[in-house]
Amino acid sequence: MSRTVIIDPVTRIEGHAKISLHLDGEGRLAGARFHVVEYRGFEKFCEGHPFTEMAGITARICGICPVSHLLAAAKTGDKLLGLTIPPAAQKLRRLLNLAQICQSHALSFFHLSSPDFLLGWECEPARRNLFGLMAADPDLARAGIRLRQFGQQILELLGGRKIHAAWAVPGGVRSPLSDGAKAWILERLPEARATARLALDRFKPLLAGPLQREQQLFGQFPSLFLGLVGVDGEWDCIDGQLRLIASDGSVLADHLNEDEYASFLAEAVEDWTYLKFPYYKPLGPQAGMYRVGPLARLNVCERIGTPWADAELAELRAHHGRVVTSSFAYHQARLVEIVACLEAIEQLVVDPDLQDRRVRLRGSLQCQEAVGVSEAPRGTLFHHYQVDDNGLITRVNLIIATGQNNLAMNRTVLQIAREFIPGPLAAGAEIGEALLNRVEAGIRCYDPCLSCSTHAAGQMPLRLQLVAADGQLLAERSRG
Amino acid sequence: MAVVTLQIDGHVVAVPAGTSLLAASRAAGLELPVLCHLDGLTPVGACRLCLVEIEGQGKLQPACTSEALEGQVVATNTADLRQWRRMAVELFFAEGNHVCAYCVASGACELQAMAVAVGMDHSRFPYQYPLRQVDASHPLFSLDANRCILCSRCVRVCAELEGAHVWAIAERGRHCRLVAGLDQPWGEVDACTSCGHCVEACPTGALVHKDDSTAEKQPHPAPALQRRRIHDQPGRPDP
Repeated sequence: MSRTVIIDPVTRIEGHAKISLHLDGEGRLAGARFHVVEYRGFEKFCEGHPFTEMAGITARICGICPVSHLLAAAKTGDKLLGLTIPPAAQKLRRLLNLAQICQSHALSFFHLSSPDFLLGWECEPARRNLFGLMAADPDLARAGIRLRQFGQQILELLGGRKIHAAWAVPGGVRSPLSDGAKAWILERLPEARATARLALDRFKPLLAGPLQREQQLFGQFPSLFLGLVGVDGEWDCIDGQLRLIASDGSVLADHLNEDEYASFLAEAVEDWTYLKFPYYKPLGPQAGMYRVGPLARLNVCERIGTPWADAELAELRAHHGRVVTSSFAYHQARLVEIVACLEAIEQLVVDPDLQDRRVRLRGSLQCQEAVGVSEAPRGTLFHHYQVDDNGLITRVNLIIATGQNNLAMNRTVLQIAREFIPGPLAAGAEIGEALLNRVEAGIRCYDPCLSCSTHAAGQMPLRLQLVAADGQLLAERSRG
Repeated sequence: MAVVTLQIDGHVVAVPAGTSLLAASRAAGLELPVLCHLDGLTPVGACRLCLVEIEGQGKLQPACTSEALEGQVVATNTADLRQWRRMAVELFFAEGNHVCAYCVASGACELQAMAVAVGMDHSRFPYQYPLRQVDASHPLFSLDANRCILCSRCVRVCAELEGAHVWAIAERGRHCRLVAGLDQPWGEVDACTSCGHCVEACPTGALVHKDDSTAEKQPHPAPALQRRRIHDQPGRPDP
């Protein structure tokens, strides 16, 4: 009789999900599924609203990365208005996104993931969290919290509030950088850099030691990678064009036009999850599996363009090869991107354009369909709107970063489960803590934001279920 | 000029005959909550927020449409009145689709401010979630019926200040709604001069400039009706 292991809820990720492991009649692992169990329906209830309100509405999808939706919506609005926004607005939006990526990555690394590495996998779950980290290493925990605050504070300095600031609008942004904001950012940058250095110094030695197995185990498989790159192939987070590469480093498609995303991306749907399964259409759902996010951005770019970040990227590539295929490296990629963001902020904040008062253009509707794209902390984000003659939304499609990692997340869960359930599982066998920890942490590599990906909300504890071939629930463990 | 003397919340006030209780209260230094009232427009008593108790009368009266009379003893801020006012605001929220989170008027909305002022932290009445439309057919402005509280300030400002008579309240009871022209798309109403007075007068995010997004509506400079022309506003196209 086959059965299924279910992990529900999955903890320390943004949103609500469960994991199920399916066993065949002999008790061997037959499949693994990462289920996202919430639904909100933003795409439907945006219909009938003016496109000018989309930035405000879609930013409410998520409290962690509202800026990503804000920017994608504003960029889509620019195109509907046929506007090329002023250079100051372009740079200010970039500054906003850099700060957003910095704060979100700090949250993922310090608050959510680092307890696994720094306290150890075998540390009891009740202590393996930020509070446990604060007890074990208060200086590091405090520095991590303050690094996130650094990013959040820039969001507030620009947009007036940390969360859901409706500051980026179709046509540009609402206000330039103030003298006070500039001074604050410059004053806090050295501390932020020191924190990034501290995190890298603490994390990298673990890769050659206690985390070796995880690097081989957590999503180590070939796939495609998608992300934005600048005109010269450099790392980018808001402008630039889409590039898709294979795991051998070959560029499969370059300068992809986001307006034509439907020609190269397709979304599969399964009845056991609200999260769709985007894939690269020309290769189909199996070979077309691709990953997005910090690791993908580092894989698709030629270089980052700032000295420290480029040195870190070179070190990452020296260890893993030109294309890094282990999803565990998402953690290191996040740290590298924090460095990239801090260096980019340092360069950008002294640019006089940021204080130019010409930050917004107004216009009238020029077309009835547009696609906007930006790099969210978790990967490439697409907003696609269709509007009527008066600018009221008639159709919305949002392709979210976490969704694009869905195929890879499922495969990662399967890979980890295979390692921990190598042979037939005896009937009534306990689900080991080791499996529970690793499966959860495997998902956490992707820093999934399920609020965004299903446009759904909630906390994310973990539940794991073991289910027989006939659907019977054999065992269940939960946490959270 | 005849003068009437009355008591409002213990204050003895002398005002010219014909003065409203709202104006008399203001003369006594008391500010009553209002949503449908706008100085300079004919009062209609639609919002029921300025209800007051008048000694000897069995029912509450709207101060904006009630005349101050000799010897009246008026109470404007009793526990009962506060309760009724809060209930009135709750009903506004329950009746329409008021989502402050992404509303153009958030931060400048008189309904939102009133909810705070009367201490409304939730509605005790079930939300009706009516299906309502946005009319964005006008080149400069749009009407989001979800946010309309039927205060009729737009109706009056259009008729009394601009003389265009574009707006009216159609139908009855819970089917009441704001209509332009003869229930036409706003952009097709020839009478509209695109003066923008209705947008300025609207206390919520129902009437807005089309290119404004979340929280960009400017607060009404009450009590004086601001008469700025649309083309005087930076960045706005000429009408």
